[in-house]
Amino acid sequence: MKQTLVALVEDKPGVLNRVASLFRRRNFNIESLAVGHSETPGVSRMTIVTDEEEYLRRNIVRTNLLKMVNVIDVQDVTDVPSVIRETALIKVRIDATKRREVMDLAEMYRGRIVDVANHSLIVEVTGESSKIDSMLEVLEPIGIVEVMRTGKIAMCRGMVTSRDENGTS
Amino acid sequence: MGKKLTGADIIWECLVQEGVDVVFGYPGGAILRAYDALNNYYDQIHHVLVRHEQGATHMADGYARASGKVGVAIATSGPGATNMVTGLATAMMDSSPIVCITGQVPSTAIGGDAFQECDVTGVTMPVTKHNYLVTDINDLAQAIREAFYIARTGRPGPVLIDVPKNVQFAEIEDFVYPTEPINLPGYQPPEELSQMQVDEALEMINTSEKPVILAGHGVLLSGAMQELLDLCQKGNIPVTTTLLGVGGLPASNPLNMGMMGMHGEASANHAIQEADLLIACGMRFDDRVTGNLKTYSPNSKKIHIDIDASEINKNIRVDLGLVTDLGMALRQINPGLKHNDRSAWINKIQGWEEESKQRDILNIETPTLLAAQAVRKIWEGTEGNAVVVSDVGQHQMLECQYYPHEDPNTLLTSGGLGTMGFSVPAAIGASFTVKDREVWVIVGDGCVQMTIMELATAVQENANINICIINNGYLGMVRQWQQLFYDARYAETPISSPDYVKLAEAYGMQGYRVDKLEDIIPVMRKAQDHDGPVLIEMVVEQHDMVYPMVPAGADLDAMIRRPHPQFADMEM
Repeated sequence: MKQTLVALVEDKPGVLNRVASLFRRRNFNIESLAVGHSETPGVSRMTIVTDEEEYLRRNIVRTNLLKMVNVIDVQDVTDVPSVIRETALIKVRIDATKRREVMDLAEMYRGRIVDVANHSLIVEVTGESSKIDSMLEVLEPIGIVEVMRTGKIAMCRGMVTSRDENGTS
Repeated sequence: MGKKLTGADIIWECLVQEGVDVVFGYPGGAILRAYDALNNYYDQIHHVLVRHEQGATHMADGYARASGKVGVAIATSGPGATNMVTGLATAMMDSSPIVCITGQVPSTAIGGDAFQECDVTGVTMPVTKHNYLVTDINDLAQAIREAFYIARTGRPGPVLIDVPKNVQFAEIEDFVYPTEPINLPGYQPPEELSQMQVDEALEMINTSEKPVILAGHGVLLSGAMQELLDLCQKGNIPVTTTLLGVGGLPASNPLNMGMMGMHGEASANHAIQEADLLIACGMRFDDRVTGNLKTYSPNSKKIHIDIDASEINKNIRVDLGLVTDLGMALRQINPGLKHNDRSAWINKIQGWEEESKQRDILNIETPTLLAAQAVRKIWEGTEGNAVVVSDVGQHQMLECQYYPHEDPNTLLTSGGLGTMGFSVPAAIGASFTVKDREVWVIVGDGCVQMTIMELATAVQENANINICIINNGYLGMVRQWQQLFYDARYAETPISSPDYVKLAEAYGMQGYRVDKLEDIIPVMRKAQDHDGPVLIEMVVEQHDMVYPMVPAGADLDAMIRRPHPQFADMEM
C-alpha cells in the first residue's frame, strides 16, 4: 500500500523545493504531490504519496519531514480512515459516432464534460485513484489524447487530528 | 527610539546582539557594503581574513565545537559562497552550529545570471539545517536571529543567510532590535519523556546482564557528561564512544573502553557484539561504527536516545526510541537505576583489554618512528591537556587510540563527512576561544596540503596553534585500503610534500622537523614556549597501518589485528 502523508507547511518561498529536495536527498520516491492553501492564512497543505511500504521507513519519511523548520505538522494517513480524492482531465479523440458513448461513460463515472470540440472532448472526473484508473481503461479503446491528474489530496474523517495518530517510536 | 541603519549595519548589529566577537570571512563585490559597515563595528567584532572561504567555514566550525557557541563565517556571492559548501556539509554531518552570511547580487537581478550570481540557497539547501534568502530589509534582523536560534538549538547545525546587495544598501529609519520570543511553529523544543517510557527504559537496563552504553556527540552537545557518568557508574555499565563522542566520559574512567567501530578498540567491538543491551546516547549508528548491519549486536535489545526523531530506526532497528534531549532523558532515567556490580561482564571486557595491551605497538621495539608513537609523544608533551584538532585518515584514528581525552570538546575532528583539510583552519578558529589550553593540530601530509594556505591566516592572526604534520609520504589511509583490499596496487597514493620547514619560514612562522622519538618532546617545548603558530613535521615510517580494522561492511568483531608473535591468531 502506498504511503499517504498530509503535511502542513509554512507558505513561504522555496518550501516546495525544500520538501522535494528532502525526498531526493534521502532517496525516497514521491509518487504524487499536491499543494494548496489550507484553512489558515500562511499555511499550505501538502498531500504527498510515496511508494514506501515498510512501517519503519514510512516513519523515517515522516520524521524527516517534521524536522524541517518550515514544516509545521505531518500526518501519516495511510492507515487512518480518510477521504482521498484525485481529479483528472482526460481529453478523448472522438467523431460524431463516439460523442454520445463518451458522454454516457462520463455520466456513469459521475464525471463532467468540460470542453466540447469537433474532434475531441475533455472529461473531468474526481474520485479515488482506482476510479480514475478504471475510467482511463474504458476510454483507452476510444482514444485518449491527453491525461492530466492532480495527484491525491487527503483528509482524515471525523475529528481526528494529526497528533493523535503518530507515535514516535 | 531606534536608529537609522542600513541593511549592512543591521548585519553587524545583530551579530553583536548575538554575542559574536569574532567572525571569519573574505570580502568581495556582493558583500562589500557589509564590509564597509564593518568599519563602524571594529571595536566590537574582530574579523579574521581567511585565504579561502572553505577555511572560513572550518574556522567557524572549530570555534563552535571548542566553545559551544555559534561560529560565524562571511563570504561574497557566487564563488565565495560555493567555496563554503564543503564547510557547511562538514558542519551539517557533525551537528556543528555555524551561521554563514553570504552576499548576493541585487534581488532585482536574481535569476539573470549576473556576475558572480549563484543560487546559493538552492545549492546549500541539502547541506544546511535551514537557510534564508532575505529580499526585504525589514526581514533581515529577524532572519539573523532565527538563524542563530536554529543553529544552536535542537540538533545543532549550519544555517546560511543570503543577503542581496540592495538589501545591504537599503535603510531603515527607525531600527529597533527585535526582542519578542522566536516563534517557529514547525520547530519545537524537546519534551520530557513520559513515565511509561522511563519505566520501560529502566526495566530494560535493570534486568540487563551485559549492557553497553554507546556515547556519541549528543553527550557533548547536550552537555550530558555528568548524567552519562551517573548512568555508567551507578549501573557499572561499560561505555564506548563514537569518534565525536570522545571526551564525553573521561578516558581514565575504568568503565570507558574507548572508541568503537572500524578502528575502535577490540574490547569495545567485542562488547557490542556480545551485549544483551545497547543504550545508544546521542549517536546515529553510522556505518563506520556498525560494520555489517545484519550481524550487528545480534543478541541485544536496544534503547536509542536522540534529539532527532529521524535517527530512530534509520540504520538499526531499536526496541525503544526516546526522542528528547539526552541530558533531560538521563536525568529522568538515572534515579531509577538499580546498583549492579556486573562483575562477570566487566571481567570479560578487561580480558579483551588485556590482550589489546599486549599487542599494542607501544610495547614493541621499532627501528623507525611510527605515527602511533608520535601521537603518544604529543599526548605526553601536552600532558593530555590540549585541545587537539585532527584531520582525516590514519593519524585521526591513531589520535583516538593514543591521545586519551579527559574532557569534552578537547578533540575537534571532521567525523561524518571526513573532510580532509579541516584541521588547520578549525584550529585557527578554536584558538579564538580556547584560552586555558594549548591547541595542537595533528594532520597528515595529504590533508595539510588541502588547506595549507591558511598558514598565512595563522601568521597574520598570530594564532597560538602548534601544527604536527605526520608525514609518511602517502595518503596513508587510502594506501592502507589499497594494501589490504586492492593487492597493494598503490594508485596515486604516494604524495610528495614541500620542505615544510622552509615553507613555515616562507610563511613567517617557526618550522621544525623530527624523525626520532626522543627529539619530539624537546621540539614540542620550543613550540610551547613560542607565542604564535609553529609547524613541526614528524617524518614517520611509511607503511604502518592502523589496527584493529574492521573492513567496510564486515562484522564488527571481524577485526584485523596488529600481527604479534605472541598470538597464534595472526589473522594477517
